[in-house]
Amino acid sequence: MDFSLSPEHQMVQKMVREFAQKEVAPVIREYDRKQEPIPWVLQRMGELGLLGISFPVRYGGQGMDYLSLGLACEELEAVDSTLRVVMSVHVGLCGLTLLQWGTEEQKRRFLTPLAKGEKIGCGAFSEPGMGSDVAAMRTTARREGDFYILNGEKMWISLASKADFALVTARTNPAAARPSEGLSTFLVDLHSEGITRGDLHGKMGMRAGSTGWIHFRDVRVPLENRIGEEGEGFKITMSAFDHGRYTVAAGATGVIRAALEASTRYARERVAFGKPIAEHQLIQQKIAAMLTDYEIARLLYWQVGWLKNLGRRCTRETSIAKKFATEAAFRAANEAIQVHGAYGYMDEYDMERHLRNIRATIIYEGSSEIQTLIQAGYALGMRQDKPLRCEPPAYDAEEWTKPA
Amino acid sequence: MKIVTCIKQVPDTEAKISLENGKVQWGDSPLVINPFDEYAVEAALQQKDKHGATVVAICIGPDSAREALKHALAMGADEAILISDAALENLDAQGAAQVLAAAIRKIGDADLVIFGRQSIDSGTGLTPAQIARRLGWPLLSLAGSIELNNGRVRVERVIEEGRQIVSAALPAVLSVVQSIGEPRYPSFMGIRRASRATIPTWSLADLGISAPTPLVEQRAMFAPPSREQPCEFIQGETVTEIAEKLVEKILAEKVL
Repeated sequence: MDFSLSPEHQMVQKMVREFAQKEVAPVIREYDRKQEPIPWVLQRMGELGLLGISFPVRYGGQGMDYLSLGLACEELEAVDSTLRVVMSVHVGLCGLTLLQWGTEEQKRRFLTPLAKGEKIGCGAFSEPGMGSDVAAMRTTARREGDFYILNGEKMWISLASKADFALVTARTNPAAARPSEGLSTFLVDLHSEGITRGDLHGKMGMRAGSTGWIHFRDVRVPLENRIGEEGEGFKITMSAFDHGRYTVAAGATGVIRAALEASTRYARERVAFGKPIAEHQLIQQKIAAMLTDYEIARLLYWQVGWLKNLGRRCTRETSIAKKFATEAAFRAANEAIQVHGAYGYMDEYDMERHLRNIRATIIYEGSSEIQTLIQAGYALGMRQDKPLRCEPPAYDAEEWTKPA
Repeated sequence: MKIVTCIKQVPDTEAKISLENGKVQWGDSPLVINPFDEYAVEAALQQKDKHGATVVAICIGPDSAREALKHALAMGADEAILISDAALENLDAQGAAQVLAAAIRKIGDADLVIFGRQSIDSGTGLTPAQIARRLGWPLLSLAGSIELNNGRVRVERVIEEGRQIVSAALPAVLSVVQSIGEPRYPSFMGIRRASRATIPTWSLADLGISAPTPLVEQRAMFAPPSREQPCEFIQGETVTEIAEKLVEKILAEKVL
């Protein structure tokens, strides 16, 4: 057993940290206030290779492993959740799901421009009337010759207004014996006719991010854009969540670290009752809790990164990591505000923004309640991972770094 | 074309420096590539991008200094060489120049040697000039931009008096300043290459020289006396009143 990061991983960590701290940290407050995405951020992340970090070089990616993806997410979200969200939806939900379920041809056509950062991808699963209850999806895809005709609405979609591609799950067979068996997944070109989309405003947090809706009205999607077989949509969506949740878990770990670092710094400087507040035990208690939670969250996502590298299914481990890290990050941000006192409540410091941002992660990509049920399901033997037609691809350093 | 960049490993800029028993300590703060030297690597890589070149990074230091060289490799340098020898503990600037000049000769065929303007630890800024003297090459220091053309190098020097354009025949020694452009981040491909690279170590014997005798003797090291800097908040009913009081203060202190 080895819990140390390789030199390669350490360099990834340092590189992403420098980008986030040097380029994004100085301006994030301004964009959060304006409720606008940083206009250059997607392009810059593309230039740096972040948008293709964990895809094989032959598909235009950078050929790094899954742990590198997690480390990058931790560094990005330590500055702002909206950076990590890009990784979750572009790399996680869309790209890695294509890598797992796409045909060779689909990977060449759709994954390659995504990995190169030439196109932006997102995942469109939730609807105004459903989120966690995936089988209750109402968007339909009706087969007509060599096309599917999509109708319906997706909501709470990160990068809805920015992305070029969306992985969309819709109902292809309303008569299926079980609702979950009537779903199929498509890679939809969001510039197609019949698509309208927009941003949602008034969010509590993630204000420098783009969250929106996509409306499909008789959108013609070519047959060759269907990912997997007809009826595999539920399984593919669950795979997408496995990938996405991993990035959320790793990112939330970054918020715990940000809370810990800000709190220790402030506690050493701020004096109350004649000594730095770091010497008051009730402050120490908060800081000790943050440190413990950080270590636990980090070990949990590292474990998932390791399992993903081996190509093992890890829905159970990912779910634990996601639930623990997001809840711990909310606690840490909240306690960090307390450590900072009135200053923590102001947006001159970062903690109130982290608190607003991280609150969403306890809801999306499977709420904490859903994660709890998943755990209970595994513990009680009510839930088992059945073999998939396309298992998650293992990381193979040699294979993944071979030139195109 | 071959470009050599000389880099140094130094304590992180955020390190808390203290003095213990006449020696500078930086606690458990990490060692990093000298920030000014990142500009030197960037300058070399810019020329590589434009004209094609082999970029070789060299560094004098203990085994841990490999990390600084790996950073240069991850940024895009082609080769890295560590110069390490137990006899190199107390080097002054001219001693370092003697060792680096021997290394540059051993590498051979260098067209350009590029330095950062100075190191952030000892900060003498002397080494580039000393190297140029040792090699008998021209020195074009404090370059803010570099142009290579027909075997000549032309730089715009960023100096206190303004800008100065100078040129020289290659080979030449340059030191660069920040206007050269922000150092690029390591690329993922560079990171992979750097983490797998084996960095050769050259000893003084490999360079065929003996340990340089320091010309400068360090007699004592002490922390600068701490200064009391009184801070006064100027109060007032209106902005105008505060501004007037501030002006009076500034005039009284003879700042203006």
